[in-house]
Amino acid sequence: MLCQDCKNNEANVYFTQVVGSKKITLNLCRECAEKRGFHPPLENAPFPLKEFISGMIEEPQKKKELRPELACPQCQMGFADFSKRGKIGCGKCYETFRPQLRDLLRKIHGASEHKGKNPGTRTEELIPLREERRLRGKLKQAIEDENFESAAKIRDQIKGLLEGR
Amino acid sequence: MFEQMLKSESVWLSGEGPEHSVVLSSRVRLARNVKGFPYPPTSRSEGKRETLEIVKAAIEKSGSLKEGKFYFAKPIDELDRAFLIERHLISPEFLGDKANQGIFIGDGENISIMINEEDHLRIQSIQSGLSVESACELAERVDEDLGKVLEFDFDREFGYLTSCPTNVGTGMRASVLIHLPGLALTREMDNLISSITKFGLAVRGFYGEGSDVLGNLFQISNQTTLGRSEDDIIDSLLKVTRQMIEYEGKARETLLADAKDQIEDKIWRAYGILKHARVLTSAEVMNLLSAVRLGIGMGMIKELPVSSVNSMLLLTQPAHLQKYLQKRMDSGERDEARAELVRKMFQNGSETFSQEEAL
Repeated sequence: MLCQDCKNNEANVYFTQVVGSKKITLNLCRECAEKRGFHPPLENAPFPLKEFISGMIEEPQKKKELRPELACPQCQMGFADFSKRGKIGCGKCYETFRPQLRDLLRKIHGASEHKGKNPGTRTEELIPLREERRLRGKLKQAIEDENFESAAKIRDQIKGLLEGR
Repeated sequence: MFEQMLKSESVWLSGEGPEHSVVLSSRVRLARNVKGFPYPPTSRSEGKRETLEIVKAAIEKSGSLKEGKFYFAKPIDELDRAFLIERHLISPEFLGDKANQGIFIGDGENISIMINEEDHLRIQSIQSGLSVESACELAERVDEDLGKVLEFDFDREFGYLTSCPTNVGTGMRASVLIHLPGLALTREMDNLISSITKFGLAVRGFYGEGSDVLGNLFQISNQTTLGRSEDDIIDSLLKVTRQMIEYEGKARETLLADAKDQIEDKIWRAYGILKHARVLTSAEVMNLLSAVRLGIGMGMIKELPVSSVNSMLLLTQPAHLQKYLQKRMDSGERDEARAELVRKMFQNGSETFSQEEAL
């Protein structure tokens, strides 16, 4: 396939971006890709995060027709400011723009619900849980390897851990 | 500033910890913000000054941060800033608006906290070798401790809230710094990088400018922070890192089987240049040290411990070199001074190189 920009060299940089239902495909040669600002993945070029985020939020914003006066009561950031900067103003913004940010977070992370620890979680309480998980992983491996002697030992360790709680 | 750090070695350079011959260090960073205050990129300077004072006070009260020192950013000059970046204690983005920034550095440099970088707090823990779990535990202890005094921005749906939406959720970035010369030499790296991305992880060349990956050092880190627990993030990082270590081992076996003479020649040439050269750029040193590190890992070089290579890797960086030799030098002077320093280190031969001795 020839590069779609210069139509001269063989294309060897393929770029596909899917935003919502829109799919953008680019087939470029190395030189033309660099002209457009794409770099080899290992190059330490700064990732155009801001543009990326702005690109992602463009669509839902149009769809939902945000009322222009909506602004964060704590820091006065409007959603348009955010799409320009790519940075959130304060914690309250997440509340103010919850539906829009939920969409955006889903696009970035593939999920919008937190599954990690809370401010109240105590590290001391996490340690035995992690130990148990680690041992269960080892147990599974031992069974897969048909190493039943060590599997029995690990099982006892887990039992001991649970009884100690 | 920071002269005392030159004398004591960074923990992550000790060349200890699990899998230390391939994994240099493990890092965990937590992004946190104090409730009720605008985030640094949009905050006015009074607001930032206030958060700086609040966080500083919380650090001083915190039981887990007794051993260490707090620094206001203002007196940190460019050389010191580069020094801290080379030591992985701060990010290159930090110290843009020095007036209202600060940093806490724990003794031994296992823990550091940047205040008013992109978020109010960036808690970072770094450990030698493949020790992501213990790095995570240390960062979490500090987080828990500071959370007793500070109320962090937390949302039941979104988790910990951050200035950039890419960090929301756990606010956690876990990473390993890994040396993969075998995979680079066998040209397997590009394929592996694309498959790693499928696990929600990102790989990038470390230290490099432009398209060169200097010293065959790569950083693997989690790409997403929301929708997965801290443990899940760490599990997938560990799994993929172990896989990479295994592939690296296989690549080295292949190299030995197919091209033993060339590899041996490459390693000993690098050794010879480092031992005798009179002018060395920092990029050249990194690539040569990578070959020597490979030689140690493959059992060809026995008289040099990995920790010495790690030390050289750090001390030959531009800011370290100048701080270490206690004089400002332009890049030409540095290349000569660097070669001289490396020569001295190699002359120590079988003795473990210590930073004090070379002075």
